[in-house]
Amino acid sequence: MSTTTETPAPAAAPGARRVAARPAKYRGRRSRSRTGSILSHGLLMTASLIAVFPIGWLVYLSLGPDKDDYLHPGGIAGKASLSNYDHVLSHTSFFTWMGNTALIAFFTCVIGVMFAATTGYAVSRMRFPGYKKLMWVLLVTQMFPIAVLIVPMYTILADLGLIDTYGGLILVYCSTAVPYCAWLLKGYFDTIPQEIDEAGRVDGLSPFGTFWRLILPLARPGLAVAAFYTCLTAWGEVAFANTFMLDDGKYTLAVGLGSFISEHDSEWQYMSAAAVLIAIPVIVIFYLVQKHLVTGLTAGAAKS
Amino acid sequence: MTVAVKARAPRPERPGPLLRLKYSYQKHWYAYAMIAPVVIVLGVLVGYPLVQGFYLTLTDANSLNSARTIGVNHIDATYKFLGFDNYADILWGPTAYDRFWSHFIWTVVWTAACVVLHYGIGLGMALLLNQNLRGRTFYRMLLILPWAVPTFVTVFSWRIMLSDSGIINSVLGGLHLPQPQWLEDTTFQRLAAIMVNTWVGVPFMLVSLLGGLQSIPQELYEAAEVDGANAWQRFRNVTLPGLRSVSSTVILLGVIWTFNQFAIIFLLFGTGAPDAQILVTWAYRLGFGQQPRDYAQSAAYGVLLLSILIVFTAFYRRWLARNEQLAG
Repeated sequence: MSTTTETPAPAAAPGARRVAARPAKYRGRRSRSRTGSILSHGLLMTASLIAVFPIGWLVYLSLGPDKDDYLHPGGIAGKASLSNYDHVLSHTSFFTWMGNTALIAFFTCVIGVMFAATTGYAVSRMRFPGYKKLMWVLLVTQMFPIAVLIVPMYTILADLGLIDTYGGLILVYCSTAVPYCAWLLKGYFDTIPQEIDEAGRVDGLSPFGTFWRLILPLARPGLAVAAFYTCLTAWGEVAFANTFMLDDGKYTLAVGLGSFISEHDSEWQYMSAAAVLIAIPVIVIFYLVQKHLVTGLTAGAAKS
Repeated sequence: MTVAVKARAPRPERPGPLLRLKYSYQKHWYAYAMIAPVVIVLGVLVGYPLVQGFYLTLTDANSLNSARTIGVNHIDATYKFLGFDNYADILWGPTAYDRFWSHFIWTVVWTAACVVLHYGIGLGMALLLNQNLRGRTFYRMLLILPWAVPTFVTVFSWRIMLSDSGIINSVLGGLHLPQPQWLEDTTFQRLAAIMVNTWVGVPFMLVSLLGGLQSIPQELYEAAEVDGANAWQRFRNVTLPGLRSVSSTVILLGVIWTFNQFAIIFLLFGTGAPDAQILVTWAYRLGFGQQPRDYAQSAAYGVLLLSILIVFTAFYRRWLARNEQLAG
């Protein structure tokens, strides 16, 4: 019974293999008791249910066509329809908002990960004066409450003429996402043996060439996690987007969704449909990345 | 004696400071070039605002006396320099307890409760998932799901579920249990906030700790088993020490993130619910959620928050280092 060999997910990428020292995936406990096994499954099922339920419930409510359906959800099953989705997609600025958000998330992701990767590499490999201070600064940046930054940031962006532009928001998101990613990637680069760099240098590559040609491809799982993190940050951020984007046509999804409440007099059914639509792309990306997630994140956390 | 002199011989002439700077530059310019973008962006968008924000805390700036542009007219700032009055007012002014200390206590409780729940549940789930179990991958995917959903969607969903006649109260009613007003009553607002934040935060801990568990060498468990250690002893003496470095990082990040958790409370209660606001959302409310907007006090809160976190981190790291020494 206990010998069921469920094949492990194939090692994610070449780099993943050297991350964890031989993942101890299979406990050698031959005879786990039957009750223990039932208990484990029971707990995991309960937890999974709790994890999935709020989202499932939202999907269910979004099918109810009337304004007050969320108050008596029992009635939805009989008259479920996709009319809310139809309304959101064809009668609101949903696609504009989604385009804005996608654009902002994409550039935040690319720029943020690039910056974070070079910084993480420099901190991981090069012992330059001030490197300890930089690490500390990266950590402290995590602690900045937006409340203290948001007003001065607003003035700076206003001075630069970046209020209500995509560039401004991208810049702001980078400034919060990059320190964490640099931290994470530093840990990941630490797990890649130094010998690879040395080999690259012997073959005549510059430090940057080593980084670009050898290390980056090996660090793909780590990069995937960083990219995922920046994307998520940009996709779901509310406070900055709310403050810096003034024009209806520039809203991100998070801000646009909020505008449903005031403008359309709390039309919950449209809001839930829109919320589901917003969550779908992220969940898709998430499942593409999740194989790398464990290795990438752990390497970062374990070594920092 | 001679030996010492000999050892020092290879570098007799120590270059002057300028030359040293040049050498250092030649040796490290790659490193500096690689960190430059981040340093510049952080300097402009975090460092400079921080300095300016700090300056604001020393004034009585609010939205009525700050520089602003109305139509084509530009009005210059008229706020005055006050020194440390704002801090004094916040920390021991007549309304200090109502405004700062009560929120401070709640913020500490909130942070402690959330991080303990995140870590405890995360570790429990990670241990369960680290067994040789059918459907493990499937469970893991479901359990990580809350992480993938954007926060505002999550909170929106919870708001519907927690509303007076939402599903949670319907279920409670069906079981003949009291149906609290989750979004109106202070105690339950706080409970609701902790519940939602726990739901949101566990996946991160789960994933990190699962990775940590998988990197503990199997041989250690086998050795412990040979020595006759029972499950609890194996957990205490192999698992926990093996997780130490992962744990210390995720707990530190967890504390920082939870302490500064803005989105959940803000989206759950808006700027209402004064007693359920933690310091961050309270500061935001001072700066943006009222008229006139009190920029100075809001920024002063920010500086206080930052100082609290820096002090905490410094102590935490020292404590970790000492523990490491004791263990090693």
